[in-house]
Amino acid sequence: MENLFDLFIRNVFTENMIFAYFLGMCSYLAVSKTVKTSMGLGIAVIFVITVTVPVNWLMENYLLKAGALKWLGPAFAEVDLSFLSFLLFIAVIAAMVQLIEMIVEKTAPALYNALGIFLPLIAVNCAVLGAALFMQEREYGTIVEATVYGFGAGFGWALAIVVLTAIREKLKYSNVPPPLRGLGLAFIITGLLAIAFMGFSGIKV
Amino acid sequence: MKNLKLILNPLNDENPITVQVLGICSALAVTVQMKPAIVMALSVIVVTAFSNLIISLGRNTIPPRIRIIVQLVVVAFLVIVVDQVLKAYVYDVSKKLSVFVGLIITNCILMGRLEAFAMANKPWASFLDGIGNGAGYGLILVALSTLRELLGSGSLMGYQVVPDSFYRIGYMDNGMMILPPMALITIGIIIWLQRGFNRKLIEK
Repeated sequence: MENLFDLFIRNVFTENMIFAYFLGMCSYLAVSKTVKTSMGLGIAVIFVITVTVPVNWLMENYLLKAGALKWLGPAFAEVDLSFLSFLLFIAVIAAMVQLIEMIVEKTAPALYNALGIFLPLIAVNCAVLGAALFMQEREYGTIVEATVYGFGAGFGWALAIVVLTAIREKLKYSNVPPPLRGLGLAFIITGLLAIAFMGFSGIKV
Repeated sequence: MKNLKLILNPLNDENPITVQVLGICSALAVTVQMKPAIVMALSVIVVTAFSNLIISLGRNTIPPRIRIIVQLVVVAFLVIVVDQVLKAYVYDVSKKLSVFVGLIITNCILMGRLEAFAMANKPWASFLDGIGNGAGYGLILVALSTLRELLGSGSLMGYQVVPDSFYRIGYMDNGMMILPPMALITIGIIIWLQRGFNRKLIEK
């Protein structure tokens, strides 16, 4: 249990998707204009990563990994399909995003309206595929660990985008040198935030 | 002339990273040293050029409702080819790039150019546009990695360029440069410089 909590904290703070791996930067920079929309996108990303990482974990462990097909019979024990993982992961993500969109539309129209335009965009958010690939590389042992990892990664991403947006909203009132306005300054702020987040490294809960 | 523009425009006025804000994720993570950055840049040029070409060839037959899936499959297929080639010929670099080769699939440059250009233009023009945008991306990658490797480890392409006599009189490598945050700050400064010289890019 403590182990899982530690995993969560580590992925939110020290191994933050944005500040340590720069994943999902494109939508992070494009959407971080108002706090409300970035909240919406953040929640959508948490949701999608928490669902897709465990599904991809199942794919990895029962389909792709060397020897993963053992459950089909001894003849398949040698098969290694891991070269297909990019294709399968991205297909799972695109399909899950579509599925989530349909379920949310049917069951929670209010949430659907809030997430609306962001859900389809998430299929090509690098953070989602990145989480699946890191899950594969780090070889998480159980599906619970994979789920906690996914939730932590998504939560860290959402936290980062909300923080950056709040700062950018305030910056509208400051006098910035013209060539630095907008994108340039957004990068520098993200860099400074990343330095701040490095202060969390080595934390053990 | 028009074709030349397709290649040259993305290098400066419409640079995918500093102006269109596409494909930033990988640009920052692979630039600690020059070698992986150059390999990454070449891989992206290959994938953008050929995915643009393939999608442009099929642009009249792809049903618009499922175009995103079709684009993703074409891109994923090309990335798998590139990944296998890298693993076969430059294994150590491919290990260093780790997940970032796979992440070319969701590199926004690809989807951005496929949607904005290849779906509406002839194959040859799309191919050149792909090369141009890949090169614009590569240019920033190389600039960033040169700065980071030179200041952070005192070497270029893995060879030491800061002479030993400098270290003896007290010169030190800036360890900050190889950490993730400095990638962000350095690219911020590159954007600042570019917009300082090219003032029409300044945001209001």
